[in-house]
Amino acid sequence: MAQKIYSRPKSLMPMPSGFCPGCLHPLATKLIADAIDELGQNNNAVHVLPVGCSALNLMYWRGDMLGAAHGRAPAAATGFKRSAPDRLVFAYQGDGDLAAIGLAEIMSAANRGENFTVFFANNSTYGMTGGQMAPTTLIGQKTSTTKYGRDAETTGFPMRMCEIISTLDAPYYVARFALNAPKGVNQAKKGIKKALQYQLEGKGFTFVELLTNCPTTWGMTPLQSLDYMETNTIPYFIPGVYKDKGEKA
Amino acid sequence: MAKVLMKGTVAIAEAAVRAGCRFFAGYPITPQNEIPEYLSWRLPEVGGAFVQGESEVASINMVYGAAANGTRAMTSSSSPGISLMTEGLSYLSGTKLPALVVNISRGGPGLGTIQPAQTDYLQATKAMGHGGFRVMVFAPSTLQEAVDLTYECFDYAERDRNPVLLLMDGSLGAIMEQVEFPPMKELTDEGTRKWNLAKHEGETRMPRMLTPVYPEVILENENKQRALLTKQWEENDVRVEEFMMEDAEYVVVAYGISARVSKEAILNLREQGHKVGLIRPITLFPFPKKTFQNLNYDQVKAFIDIELAIPAQMRDDIEVAVRGRAPVYEYGRSGGMLFDDESVYDAIHKIVTGGAE
Repeated sequence: MAQKIYSRPKSLMPMPSGFCPGCLHPLATKLIADAIDELGQNNNAVHVLPVGCSALNLMYWRGDMLGAAHGRAPAAATGFKRSAPDRLVFAYQGDGDLAAIGLAEIMSAANRGENFTVFFANNSTYGMTGGQMAPTTLIGQKTSTTKYGRDAETTGFPMRMCEIISTLDAPYYVARFALNAPKGVNQAKKGIKKALQYQLEGKGFTFVELLTNCPTTWGMTPLQSLDYMETNTIPYFIPGVYKDKGEKA
Repeated sequence: MAKVLMKGTVAIAEAAVRAGCRFFAGYPITPQNEIPEYLSWRLPEVGGAFVQGESEVASINMVYGAAANGTRAMTSSSSPGISLMTEGLSYLSGTKLPALVVNISRGGPGLGTIQPAQTDYLQATKAMGHGGFRVMVFAPSTLQEAVDLTYECFDYAERDRNPVLLLMDGSLGAIMEQVEFPPMKELTDEGTRKWNLAKHEGETRMPRMLTPVYPEVILENENKQRALLTKQWEENDVRVEEFMMEDAEYVVVAYGISARVSKEAILNLREQGHKVGLIRPITLFPFPKKTFQNLNYDQVKAFIDIELAIPAQMRDDIEVAVRGRAPVYEYGRSGGMLFDDESVYDAIHKIVTGGAE
């Protein structure tokens, strides 16, 4: 008799993805949904939505959701979690949302050690608004506001959020994973679950950066975008666990 | 309960706790710092949460998050900080979340001054943010009234699922008066549980979404509902005090501290035989238009708008309500400068005796 070994997570709606072909947002979302299912938190999780493509999850997520203003997801999550400490609260933010307009909110929530989880989808561009330069855009990367490629002379350098956040004392778990290949995907799934588990144990702030792509605004095929990540994104944004207070050194 | 002597800002904070407020987030700014200072220790005493936000922007969004859980939530600030909160206020209204925002106002524009002023009237009553939403605006003129209104503001906010603004200038925030506090309100889940994200024991329900983004057709419909709500406020929720209005030929219009000072001036003018009265809007929005409609314009000769604002900001609303049936004059100070009852007396006296332009 056939045995079902793989299915859609309960935390996702049974509908096809409307994200662009090859986009890694749906994969990132599915990994989070899997982890929440495995932790038995479907009815307890609260998904704080940002502004940008990452907010499109409002069409696919099955669970309580709160839409926040651009960059303010960590502030909204702070207010919610402080009022409802038993809920599993997570924000899912893009790089413009988190590392530009919301820099104060993410740093301060991390520094307070707020007991929620932030998933950070870093695709080094503003996808929804048409591919402008983000704080995470790589040097030389062409965007709609850096026609000849990002120039450090006038726009500075890409911000490494895991490295910055892990300098703070309060965060409990800080890690980065790349979703362009199966190895990174498997590691990401474990990291996501670990971060949520820590939150359930009341350990404090947990942060998981997921390196993703944007074939549409990068002007690449999906496969080209995965190769670009391997040769350009990953060498600059080095995957790894930057902080894990639960692992004894 | 016995009366206690209390500072304006602290009285508001304690009244909020009594009203069931269990979440506060705010950022330091003069002249309202006693509110977050008081609540930083008072809220934990009653099982609530206090967060000192990294900015006014963050603080209003923390309030947004707490309100989504159905928790009674508030923030307070002063003029420049309120400007920073306007994005969040628009999102609260857009997502239909209740909250209390207190503005202990100071002189502007810009960083201006920490001294008292009433220069945020237009912002408060016309547009507390982008997108065309309105909020109810309450303006107390005594500390007892500030306590009572704070206590009620949360009920209005939850009834309408819309933020409410308490607007009080820095001088009322700084003075001390005797106040009597209402009892601690016992809140139940009923009435709030239908829409918020709070989970209740043994409850099975579909997942809920609270979001400030809507498809066009639904958004237009939501805005029609908001227009209807505004109309209902004008029908049912207007609050106004009429002082010595029965035979008044000259009508002072003033709110908050300006109304207090004006009352003193009016009593002195009455002693001199001048028939002067006062209309004091307690709700700045909805504005008490009907009070002006019901006046006898064979009797009323002129209106005098007295505010801590130059130019006067409430004047537009008075002109609309008066509809040209009598002239409207104004007198005010600005930039954090105050008037006393003598200068207000002189300003009114000049008009009463025909000396005004």
